[in-house]
Amino acid sequence: MNNNREIILKLKNVRTYFPVRKGVFKRTVGHIKAVDGVNLEIYRGETLGLVGESGCGKTTLGKSILQLVKATEGEIIYNDKNNERDLRKLNSEEMKDVRKKLQIVFQDPHSSLNPAFTVFGSLEDPLKIYGVKSKAERRRIIGDLLEAVNMRREQMDLYPHEFSGGQRQRIGIARALCIDPDLIVLDEAVSALDVSIQAQVLQLLKKIKEERNLTYVFITHDLSVVEFVSDRVAVMYLGKIVELAMSEDLYENALHPYTKALLSAIPVADLDRRKERINLLGDVPNPINPPSGCPFHPRCSMSQDRCKIEVPHLINYSKDSNEHLAACHFIN
Amino acid sequence: METSINKKTSLDRKFDKLREREETGKPRKGIQNRALSKMLSNKLAVIGLVFVSIVIVASIIAPLICKYDPQKVNLRMILKPPSSEHILGTDKVGRDVYARIIYGGRISILVGLGSAIGAALIGVSIGAYTGYRGGWIDSLILRISEIVMAFPQIILVLLLVAILGQSLMNLMVIFTLTGWGGLFRMTRAQMLSLREEEYVQALQAFGLSSFRISFKHVLPNALGPIMVNITLSTAMFILQEAGLSFLGLGVPLNIPTWGNILNVAIDLRILEDFWWVWMPVAGMISLFVLGINFIGDGLRDSTDPSLQG
Amino acid sequence: MSLDKILSVRNLKTYFYTNNQCTKAVNGVSFDVKKGKTLCIVGESGCGKSVTAYSIMQLLPKLSRIEEGEIIYHSTNGDIRIDQLSRNGKKMRSLRGEDIAMIFQDPMTALNPVYSIGFQIGENLKYHTRLSNEEIKSKSIELLREMDIPIPDQRVLEFPHQFSGGMRQRAMIAMAMACSPKILIADEPTTALDVTIQAQIFELMNKLKQDHETAIILITHDMGVVTELADDVVVMYMGNIVESGSIEEVLRSPAHPYTKALLNSIPVLGRGKNQEIKPIRGSTPDPLNRPKGCQFMPRCDFSDDKCLTVPLAVELSETHTTRCWYSDKILQDE
Repeated sequence: MNNNREIILKLKNVRTYFPVRKGVFKRTVGHIKAVDGVNLEIYRGETLGLVGESGCGKTTLGKSILQLVKATEGEIIYNDKNNERDLRKLNSEEMKDVRKKLQIVFQDPHSSLNPAFTVFGSLEDPLKIYGVKSKAERRRIIGDLLEAVNMRREQMDLYPHEFSGGQRQRIGIARALCIDPDLIVLDEAVSALDVSIQAQVLQLLKKIKEERNLTYVFITHDLSVVEFVSDRVAVMYLGKIVELAMSEDLYENALHPYTKALLSAIPVADLDRRKERINLLGDVPNPINPPSGCPFHPRCSMSQDRCKIEVPHLINYSKDSNEHLAACHFIN
Repeated sequence: METSINKKTSLDRKFDKLREREETGKPRKGIQNRALSKMLSNKLAVIGLVFVSIVIVASIIAPLICKYDPQKVNLRMILKPPSSEHILGTDKVGRDVYARIIYGGRISILVGLGSAIGAALIGVSIGAYTGYRGGWIDSLILRISEIVMAFPQIILVLLLVAILGQSLMNLMVIFTLTGWGGLFRMTRAQMLSLREEEYVQALQAFGLSSFRISFKHVLPNALGPIMVNITLSTAMFILQEAGLSFLGLGVPLNIPTWGNILNVAIDLRILEDFWWVWMPVAGMISLFVLGINFIGDGLRDSTDPSLQG
Repeated sequence: MSLDKILSVRNLKTYFYTNNQCTKAVNGVSFDVKKGKTLCIVGESGCGKSVTAYSIMQLLPKLSRIEEGEIIYHSTNGDIRIDQLSRNGKKMRSLRGEDIAMIFQDPMTALNPVYSIGFQIGENLKYHTRLSNEEIKSKSIELLREMDIPIPDQRVLEFPHQFSGGMRQRAMIAMAMACSPKILIADEPTTALDVTIQAQIFELMNKLKQDHETAIILITHDMGVVTELADDVVVMYMGNIVESGSIEEVLRSPAHPYTKALLNSIPVLGRGKNQEIKPIRGSTPDPLNRPKGCQFMPRCDFSDDKCLTVPLAVELSETHTTRCWYSDKILQDE
């Protein structure tokens, strides 16, 4: 898996802050630090899982990559055939060119499609913009896309409300594919689906990835799904990555106390795998007022004075060629 | 054992019928389109629709159904009561009242509908774009619309009539200029909520321009309440025009509209002794506006997705 | 092992009448709830699990009704037929909150934003008990303490927006437990919560079960939650129960193709990247256009023409029941 080590996307110290405004004159009184210093390299062809609970910043990070939300600081470098470009520095013309390559699939099958248009209507606009001039050609391409997601060509003339949630999600995937991207951000793409439909969509995603040599950033809060789907997994907490490792390494040998607690908290549908739960104190924190030092220290059973002052950095603890990074002062 | 007697309410009987239909496998009868069927089941809306349609058709085919020219003065037939010759009698200068009402409908409806559509075109276009974009341009136009809307509309209209002069065209322009604010704010409010929908973000991810996204993709979803507002605005403008013309400040008296036909009722003598000159017109205005309001209510109920049933 | 039954549901049928059509949301459901045990009703969206719970509480919307069947509450004063009580009658209202309580999925919308938490808990106590205002206040604080809410004497005066998601859910459980109900119905109580908070709520529910001997009916779609919390399981599909039994029986030896397919289609934590998940082919049928006979037949790998007749209930053990002609085949197939 790691022999194809070309980096497709490099994130350097990315921060996305949202200003909090109060008062008649909308003074900025603080910031929501949704993404707070993320360094990450994404390899072409891999599936990178991005997990965490609410408020950890995973969705904001996904949207910052696609420039749907403007990052406040940092570099987002996209590597396209050895042409490296910092996405934050591009103007709208150049960005439009890049947008072909980076796409997104959303969570909610009910609002992810325009109810006023047929499937054809929704999908043909991007094709028009990117130069597919003839209507017949557009119909052909959309028909091919629907077949690629295991639906029928004729369904392109139906309206979203005539489809089930799982089918709508597949149309969303077809839409992301329509101008031939390199990387797709899947933002909780299966979370709103019924369990048995989730499996169908996951299989479909795997198939498409192999056929088209795609790279996935798979954002979710469901660790069981992420384990199954990802090559590498990054665990986020309050805007920072606290652990990053190969999927098997993370599950067998989690290093960061938060990851360990997270893994133990998940209800597992297997009677033989029920294990001792590590119970975390307190609540998921508020990104407006993050704790000092290590963001996890208020809930950590191992925290000491050092944790309140010093932010731990991601350090590689792995002995072989695959990295296993974790940000904690007390890993031996 | 606690029990209570289950009375069969009318709701229960309705349920029984539906259940029986389901179990015997009868196909779903009636109209499939939910919006249409809801609209048609609202009796008032249907009555309104029928009445308004009849009046509109009548005003279009006016030459076919009126014996007399509404402008034709006939000093020998002044203030004659309804007869076989003149169905609704004649007015102060011998003109056929019935013909004047039918022809007057043309202008009144034209003014009402025309102004409503004009105000909609301006208000909706601006609201769609600025509501979607936000930013300083949105704030600016919002303030402008607030200033315009802060004036009592009648005063503003009177002012502009005094400046621009009385004419049919001027009146429609004035109504449009003073009336765009409401539709602007409504469209803007719709856009503010719709722009957060995920399909909008998907379109942004494709790099589509704001213009294209707001007009082509989002606006069609906002049209439901806008259509309702247009029908109700039509009613409002018709009433306004009637009011102004009644006072002699609206459409000039030589062109008949319902309002300036009513103008004669200022004279107490006419009001008391010659009911046919003003009562039919007044009734027509009331019923027509009521009919439009019923249609608007029906439209609103049928397009509102949250109403059950 | 005499297990006291606290609630019995027999052949419950609840139909909905929206959009001028009759939808058979629950179409003949029978199960028992035992004192001090957790029963999980599990199924996907549209299977009727929530409607079953709402039927027990008689909290159904206006355009629906309980058609047939019995809901029998075995109270200390004898059996009460809930299905025969009028929906908002005195008797039903006195049962709600005092004997049977319910907690809902979204703690954000289930609490009234304009009243303090203490007030909302107090409402329940005021209606069902004869405690004085002072006693109600101290009982509310006690309840919050029992739910592991820190500084409860301060928290009791605060409003829902000042609580986090997990704490709101605890506050709702506190409200529900105020009168020590015999049965607690929880409708997807943790679906809207983060995983680590979810774990805390599970601990809490287990504790309540032990301390108060409350029977819990837990509605969920998550098999993981079922594995963690359930003593007994009922699996629903398209308005019917397809399998029921103890958690050991259903998880280790599922006897219905749907249960088995469901278990095979979910990725399980710890089984690694190369685990095999098999999606269930097809999709849930339109409830207005149901297949004939067994509802799962179009998607089932074990079906044949016999399945055009609705299968009868088969008792595989004293507690394990299923509705499938070919349960033997399923049990053997591995």
